[in-house]
Amino acid sequence: MTGVAVVGFAQTPCRVREDVTTSGVEMLVPIFAEVFRATGLTKADIGFWCSGSSDYLAGRAFSFVQAVDAIGAVPPAMESHVEMDAAWALYEAWVKILTGEAEIALAYGFGKSSGAQLRRVLALQLDPYLVAPLWPDSVSIAALQARLGLDAGRWTEKDMATVAARSQTAAQSNPQAQVSGHVTISELLERPYVAEPLRAHDCAPVGDGAAVVIIAAADRARELCARPAWITGFEHRIDSGALGARDLLAVPSATAAGLACAARAAGAHGHRPDGIDVAELHAPFTHQELLLRAALRLGDGVDVNPSGGALCGNPMFAAGLARIGMAARAVMSGRAGRTLGHATSGPALQQNLVCVMEAQ
Amino acid sequence: MRQPAAVLGIGQTRHRSKRTDVSIAGLCREAADRAVQDAGLELTDIDAVVVGKAPDLFEGVMMPELYLADALGATGKPLLRVHTAGSVGGATGNVAASLVQAGLHRRVLAVAFEKQSESNAMWALSIAPPFSIPVVAGAGGYFAPHIRAYIRRSGAPPHIGALVAVKDRRNGALNPYAHLQQADITLESVQASPMLWDPVRYDETCPSSDGACAVVIGDEEAARASQAPVAWIRATAMRSEPTMFAGKDHVNPAAGGEAAAALWRQAGITDPLNEIDVAEIYVPFSWYEPMWLENLGFAEPGRGWRLTEAGETALGGRLPVNPSGGVLSSNPIGASGLLRFAEAALQVMGKAGAHQVPGARTALGHAYGGGSQFFSMWVVASTPS
Amino acid sequence: MDHPLRAPLEIEFDYTRSLGPVLSEFMTALAGRRILGARGADGRVHAPPFEYDPVGSAPPGELTEVGPEGTVVSWSWMPEPLEGQPLAGPFAWALIRLDGADTTMLHAVDAGSAAAMRTGLRVRTRWAASRVGSIRDIACFEPCHGVNAAEEAGAAEEAGAVTGTITPVRLSYMHTASPGESAYLRGLADHRLLGQRCGVCGHVYVPPRGTCPADGVPTQEEVELPDTGTVTTFCVVNVAYPGQRVTPPYVAAAVLLDGADIAFQHLILGCEPSEVRMGLRVRAVWSDSGISHFAPTGEPDAAYETYARDL
Repeated sequence: MTGVAVVGFAQTPCRVREDVTTSGVEMLVPIFAEVFRATGLTKADIGFWCSGSSDYLAGRAFSFVQAVDAIGAVPPAMESHVEMDAAWALYEAWVKILTGEAEIALAYGFGKSSGAQLRRVLALQLDPYLVAPLWPDSVSIAALQARLGLDAGRWTEKDMATVAARSQTAAQSNPQAQVSGHVTISELLERPYVAEPLRAHDCAPVGDGAAVVIIAAADRARELCARPAWITGFEHRIDSGALGARDLLAVPSATAAGLACAARAAGAHGHRPDGIDVAELHAPFTHQELLLRAALRLGDGVDVNPSGGALCGNPMFAAGLARIGMAARAVMSGRAGRTLGHATSGPALQQNLVCVMEAQ
Repeated sequence: MRQPAAVLGIGQTRHRSKRTDVSIAGLCREAADRAVQDAGLELTDIDAVVVGKAPDLFEGVMMPELYLADALGATGKPLLRVHTAGSVGGATGNVAASLVQAGLHRRVLAVAFEKQSESNAMWALSIAPPFSIPVVAGAGGYFAPHIRAYIRRSGAPPHIGALVAVKDRRNGALNPYAHLQQADITLESVQASPMLWDPVRYDETCPSSDGACAVVIGDEEAARASQAPVAWIRATAMRSEPTMFAGKDHVNPAAGGEAAAALWRQAGITDPLNEIDVAEIYVPFSWYEPMWLENLGFAEPGRGWRLTEAGETALGGRLPVNPSGGVLSSNPIGASGLLRFAEAALQVMGKAGAHQVPGARTALGHAYGGGSQFFSMWVVASTPS
Repeated sequence: MDHPLRAPLEIEFDYTRSLGPVLSEFMTALAGRRILGARGADGRVHAPPFEYDPVGSAPPGELTEVGPEGTVVSWSWMPEPLEGQPLAGPFAWALIRLDGADTTMLHAVDAGSAAAMRTGLRVRTRWAASRVGSIRDIACFEPCHGVNAAEEAGAAEEAGAVTGTITPVRLSYMHTASPGESAYLRGLADHRLLGQRCGVCGHVYVPPRGTCPADGVPTQEEVELPDTGTVTTFCVVNVAYPGQRVTPPYVAAAVLLDGADIAFQHLILGCEPSEVRMGLRVRAVWSDSGISHFAPTGEPDAAYETYARDL
């Protein structure tokens, strides 16, 4: 199977922005320029473009169409779109390179959540007959999952606050983070609930942002980047949409995706893969990081979310792609040998994607 | 690099203005069950699922693949949802094919659907954001001016559109799944129907349909193991361009022309008119048949209408176009592109029943969407090469 | 620097959802104050029932009755309910395992306060006063307090078969115009037409898009254009539809302003629709908020060659 590597990544600072629209163009143009500068590529070099976004953030049909302006698709481009986090757009782009139809591909995602009432809009992801008519918002759904873990002794509110405190501290080194700073666990635990048992620090902030990742096939990758982040595993799975029928304390789709990545790497290397150095997990709620660590069998030695993760900046439909980009950057910078980027979609970690990258 | 892939089975629903007998999941499952059965398989044999549909606003369900995972047997499997406006059905077929062509999966299920009766398509397509002038009245209002420009540019006589409408609706009457079945439609009745967006008349306009289409795509081993004929995917192509840009040719868009050129190259076809036996082309308004014949390279620019006028695109002609009745007979928007791809496959599998083109061995499936900006297409054949 | 213009955007529709056989049976039962569940391949009883089993995807066999009481398996607190949620005052969301079921139902519990909620709480259905066959026929759940559930809840009854349900969806957004669009709209208020020229291809766009769609680069050079132009192509709109602002028949045209390199959509009024032609010369008719429409100037038509490239 063709070697494919991440050779470029850029993201906007995540924050509430009055100067951008839901079309994404204003956020995308500067980060396309940034990633082209870094790689020396131009739009003419991109063999396939794929984006991820959602009409429901914009409140209009076909809202992804205007983002195509940022591509400059004259002459015409080979281009596609998923109505999902752009991590899945990257997956589609990776597949395109594997078929041989492109050598270099670019995936981008964007979301202006601040124009919508995000936690309410996401209720529309739920079963349209049995659940959505009650308008259960996304924070409440996550809170139900969090309490299950508390009741089962899987974690405590202090464990959740520990994730938040650690993430915010780490995010100080991430100029694109929306939330960062030093805060103690006891300070956090004194703050009020927003959706008991969740407090504000347990939930990702609402912000606007975009991200872009460029991947390339073997020889091109080596030309474009001193230390490409080679994709040795790229898998995704989905669990049932029936919240009441699913064990919300297990994330079988993440476990299956992780195992499949490991199996693929073992197949490629001929031996069991080494451990992960850095894992960027798309966990918009503190307890979800704990769930994902367990589901992906990440040991204590793994550096989880050195960027601060989604808890410190969650540009909808770009956050998963940004996790992969940050994990890739850890390899590209020489800081890490083997990293994992994770993305999630749907309520309470219903669908999960894992991308494992290595230095060579 | 690209592994061989073939269509093992196809399924579709009876398309109707309102499928009040099923839920959204039920609609999709009807098509999926038929496709899997047609392929001689079970849902459990499927390795990955690709869902395609147009805007979520049509059904008021955000990211419906999340809700559909159980219904499509996708729980525990990889599931993607593509959305490329009206061409999405085609993109769904292409993405599903690429999963097999990349060597990642052995059997992939592609499902595309729209349950437009949950809301009102015209409403969803006409939501004007603030500060915009609500001039355009739906898709017809968008495309009618470009049809006028084609007529001016080509010098085509005014009845060509009506000829297409008659042909496609009569073909639809041969297709038990088609929404509109109008065996008795005539040129006169079309030309007497109300003018909706001058120059486009009511009978030259696609309906709004509830419907789904599903296709099972398999690898070489699965194809060779199949008891029934398969449709080998010889080539796929996708191209996009902006909705508007200075100098855009709205009548003969570059994205469509370049996608077609790439498609013919990949398939080793140098003379499409003679080498393609049947074409399922996305024609939502009658005049798009001659326009797309030119865009695809079946005719020189300005001469596509002559093929229509001479009867060459009717069943029995040199290049039957839309023997299924096409989008003019059934238009569940998210599914329409995949229906074109699936009907092309049915032809070379010899399974098209009353609308079968005898001896069809090589067929084109085509879809477009947005402001004539997203194009996806494939060539299927009864043999692998 | 002016702030980009913003305005509220509301989208609203009453979705008409057909239920199919399984959900029809479930909703019909709800209207009659009964809750049904389905047994899955792994032996678990699902309430609400599945249409397609998460294990194996098969549709259910016969549905069986569950509830009306149940146990809270998890809960969270909603201090300030959002529009459309089951209760106007603070309430608990809960996953409730109805008696006889193995899975949980997501619904609201009118507990009064978070202090009154706990995992393991026994709750019972509170039925809506009038029921139509919707998950909202269960108004919410309430703590049991040891009373006889069947008597309090109201007897089950036969209801007419329900095959569809109506789900209103109303969403509010704050829509932001792009900086280019905002400048254009402010210009319109001053009766000026402001386009932008792309620094790469040199083409003038009106309305300005902020980014040249052909080159993907920001467009910044402002170009003021006259309010005269040519109709390149058009159609006559005869159809009415919900939300339409102009009464048909009317002409929707592509107008290529003098000096612009791209046409834009507008209305042609001030003559019979049948008088509109490709090449018609037009001028903007201004109103307080901008351009009301374009009307013929009376000049001779522009030659086809002058706009053929823009079709």
